[in-house]
Amino acid sequence: MPQSPFVLYDEEYQEITGVIEKLLRESNSKCVYLVDKDGQLISATGETKDIDATSLASLTAGNIAATGGLAKIIGEKEFSILFHEGERDNLHISVVGQRVILVVIFDKRSSLGLVRLRVKKASEDLGKSLQKLLAKMAAGAEQENVLKEITDDDIERLFH
Amino acid sequence: MSFINYSAREINCKIVYYGPGLCGKTTNLQLIYKKTRPESKGKMITLATETERTLFFDFLPIALGDIKGFKTRFHLYTVPGQIFYDASRKLILKGVDGIVFVADSQVERMDANIESFDNMKTNLEEQGYKLDQIPYVIQYNKRDLADVLPVPELKKVLNTNGVPDFEAVAYDGTGVFETLKAVVKLVLIELKKGA
Repeated sequence: MPQSPFVLYDEEYQEITGVIEKLLRESNSKCVYLVDKDGQLISATGETKDIDATSLASLTAGNIAATGGLAKIIGEKEFSILFHEGERDNLHISVVGQRVILVVIFDKRSSLGLVRLRVKKASEDLGKSLQKLLAKMAAGAEQENVLKEITDDDIERLFH
Repeated sequence: MSFINYSAREINCKIVYYGPGLCGKTTNLQLIYKKTRPESKGKMITLATETERTLFFDFLPIALGDIKGFKTRFHLYTVPGQIFYDASRKLILKGVDGIVFVADSQVERMDANIESFDNMKTNLEEQGYKLDQIPYVIQYNKRDLADVLPVPELKKVLNTNGVPDFEAVAYDGTGVFETLKAVVKLVLIELKKGA
C-alpha cells in the first residue's frame, strides 16, 4: 500500500506561508520555497515569477535525496544543510523536521551568515506547524475529504 | 506519496516509469511532452549523460483536468535503466503512487526485463512497499521491431498479477497514452479507496 497522502489544509498553509514570508523579509533574500521531500511544492514567496517552481521543487528533492544517499555511504544520517554558491545568486537548502525542504535564494543584498541564522529560527516555527499538520492528518481531520467523493465517472471524464 | 493541497485545491501524484536500460522510458515521456497541450504541461527535465543515457531521472509534470474542483497534477519520473545506477533508482521510487513497467519486447532483452522487474520488487520492498499493493501497469514496447517475443510469452513472465498491460511503439506514440491513462486511473482509484 502506498503511504497515505500528505494533506495540506488551508489553516496550516496560511501559517506556513506566514513563516516563510517572515523569513524572506528578515533574511533579505530574493525568494523562499518550501518543498516536500517527494518533490511537491508546498509554498513559495518572494520574486518567484521568473523561476519554474515545479522544476525547482523536483530537482531540490532529487538533490536532497542524492546527498542523503551520499551521507549514508560515509556513515552520516543526512546532510541537513546544502549551500550552492553562484556568481549572482546563491541557494541555501535545508531539511526541516526530516520531512520538508526549505530553499532560500539570495544575492549580495544578504549573506550566508544571515540566511543561516534566520533559517534556524524559521525551521523551529515550521517544525511546530508541521507537527500540528501531521497530528491533524493522523487524526483524519474532519474536514471535507475530496478523495472519498471521487466517482468512477470523475476519473473517466479526465480523459475526454 | 500523493499530496493533497486544500489551499491551492490540487491533487498531486507521482508516477515512475521503470524498466531495463534502453527500453524506452525516456521516449515515453518525450512523446507525452510532445503531444500534451502547452497549458497542461511543465518543463521536461532530463538529467542524462552526454550519450543521452538517463543519469539520475527525467521529470515531466502534467495536468489532467479537474476532479471535484481540484486540479489533478501528475509528476512523471523515469529511473535510469542501467544496472549500476541502482542507488539512483531507489531514491526515485520514494513516495511513488503508481508505476509503469516498460518492457523491451526484443527476444534478446528478456533477461534484462526480468532482472529489472525483480530489481523493482526488491527496491520497493526495501521501502516497505509490496508490488501487488501498488497501482502498476505494464507496457510491452518496441512492438514494431522484427525480433520480438509474442505478447502471451511476455505476459506469462512479466504479468503474473494480471495488471492492465499494453503493446506500444513509444517513439511513434502507439500505446503511450493508453498506458498513462491506465496507470492514472489505478492511482486515483487507490487514492479513493484509501480515503
